[in-house]
Amino acid sequence: MTRYVGRRILAAIPVLLLASLLVFVLVRQFGADPARTRCQQSRDLKCLARTRVQLGLDRPLPVQYVDFMGDFVQGDWGTSERTDQSVAESIGIALGETAQLAFWGVAFSSVVAISVGVYSANKAYSPGDYFFTGLAFAGIAMPTFWFGLICINYLTFHLKELLNTNEVIFFSIPNATGHGAINGFRELALPVLVLSVQLVAGWSRYQRSSMLDELDSDYIRTARSKGLTRRRVVWKHGLRNSLGALVTVIAIDAGALFGGLIVTERVFSRPGMGTLFLNALGNGDSAVLIPWMIVTGVFIIIFNLFADILYGVLDPRVRVA
Amino acid sequence: MSSFDEHRQIRESGAAIAGSVGSTALIDEATSELVIVRSQWRSVARRFFHHRVATLALLIFILLALAALGASFISPYDPNPPLTASVLSSARESPSAQHLFGTDKLGRDQLSRILVALGQSLQVGLGVALLSTIIGVTVGSLAGFYRGWIDALLMRFTDLFLVLPALAVLLIAAKNPEPSFFGLFDLPPATSTEGMILLLAALGWMPMARIVRGEYLSLREREFVEAARAAGAGGPRIILRHLLPNSVGPIVVFATLEVGLAILTEATLSFLGAGVQIPAISLGNLIADAEDTVGTDLAYLILFPGLVLFLIVLCANFIGDGLRDALDPRARK
Repeated sequence: MTRYVGRRILAAIPVLLLASLLVFVLVRQFGADPARTRCQQSRDLKCLARTRVQLGLDRPLPVQYVDFMGDFVQGDWGTSERTDQSVAESIGIALGETAQLAFWGVAFSSVVAISVGVYSANKAYSPGDYFFTGLAFAGIAMPTFWFGLICINYLTFHLKELLNTNEVIFFSIPNATGHGAINGFRELALPVLVLSVQLVAGWSRYQRSSMLDELDSDYIRTARSKGLTRRRVVWKHGLRNSLGALVTVIAIDAGALFGGLIVTERVFSRPGMGTLFLNALGNGDSAVLIPWMIVTGVFIIIFNLFADILYGVLDPRVRVA
Repeated sequence: MSSFDEHRQIRESGAAIAGSVGSTALIDEATSELVIVRSQWRSVARRFFHHRVATLALLIFILLALAALGASFISPYDPNPPLTASVLSSARESPSAQHLFGTDKLGRDQLSRILVALGQSLQVGLGVALLSTIIGVTVGSLAGFYRGWIDALLMRFTDLFLVLPALAVLLIAAKNPEPSFFGLFDLPPATSTEGMILLLAALGWMPMARIVRGEYLSLREREFVEAARAAGAGGPRIILRHLLPNSVGPIVVFATLEVGLAILTEATLSFLGAGVQIPAISLGNLIADAEDTVGTDLAYLILFPGLVLFLIVLCANFIGDGLRDALDPRARK
């Protein structure tokens, strides 16, 4: 097992290094010129040339990359070109915010997706199953940003009118004055619902098909003929064995959420990685963009690794390969 | 598919061949091959039209495409009229018989604007699907058949892109005002429709390449490929005459799904401010433009463009699902 994990970790390092190189070239090539960003306010005509030398932008790209990575791995992530804030610090804060949203999103989505998936597999080709299949198709085709706005329109504003109160039930923006679990629920309910649509749609289909495979297998038939109730066989035997496949998918998707909540955070005006990215992009702040991309890449790789390892734990046959 | 269906299908294709035998005086190898090809596609079509939801989706998709194509004929109003007093005076009108989807904050007819935006979305969706299929099939064919360094490069390259958040990469690349092909020649910027198609295809062909590669890897070990090789066929001939025709199913299905995905991605980018800019119209920037009407009586300005967007993507996905069932009946459970 240790060898398996070690081999996986070693294999991830070159991917990460290459990805960081790709990001560096992408942002430097396409992104705004950092020297230009700094000199926007200045009237000094030599500002541009001077800043370029100061920031080391006059050197060849490979040299800049090696220099940047050298600082980066030692924890020196530099400061924003706009606000002079420490990049490491602002990414750290943003990660905390996004992690909260991602955690509740994943928790909610997995409970719903597993319940729906098990139901659909258990009652395959029944009207209920077709209903959920239709819902999953709708979820996959749903534009996240539009669904968010529609939720705000109906569940924040129209619900208020419907109940004839002045108080908003589900907040459409973070509520700074409130505290406690109830306030947290009212604040997170809509963003979690919106980010869950696509996750639930994908995961419930996945759970349905892996559950169908399990229910079709010999040991289920054995358990049934032994006299166990159908309910017990489905939930104890079938669910347990079918979860392995889904858990790895959940782990992979959860890792992608750290860089994948751009739309949700934008629609609900929430601070976090997505908002940090959009602000940096709007400001042409490549000092934030490059570390941001690398950090999200690291999260994707770590969660993929985690999924691989989990898969190895759940299914020992994989380890040999 | 039931054995009865299968039986009927065999009988039908038999009848088709028999019919052609009766109608043509001279039968050579080429015509009999043609008949078999056509009857195969006919049975695919028959299976597709058995899928009622997919048939309905295809019908709606065609209707929407026709509406977008004929937008300038059927639009009741100018989508981007000069803002004269008479136009401005009809601002903020709720949906009515004159303005089915109402008018926006400047008095422009929302239905006419949505039709133009729908045309833009469909152009992007179909353009990206076509272009990324061409690139993906070419790269996937080379990698899957010849293996070697092309294969290694493709796999490492896709691994690399899987590690980066796709939307963020697209947003950064869309920001580039003067894109070029590795500095060799200029490309249209992502603020134009062609530029957006190029951008989405340039970053979206990899899944198709992987699918084609996977198909070829299993097909190239089969007997009919071995037979072709033994008969002296070279690489290009094996790819074009044997491997590609046998991989048409997954390619067509994935290309269809790519249409929906591209439309959705373009709308999201457009909502976030990348892509075509006002006064050009897209479904994404219509919704972004109306974002401040949330919770007011004007919220229909958000509702309708989004519904159209949702509907067109849903249709594309259902068509893809129907094609999957029709092209590979054995995979159906």
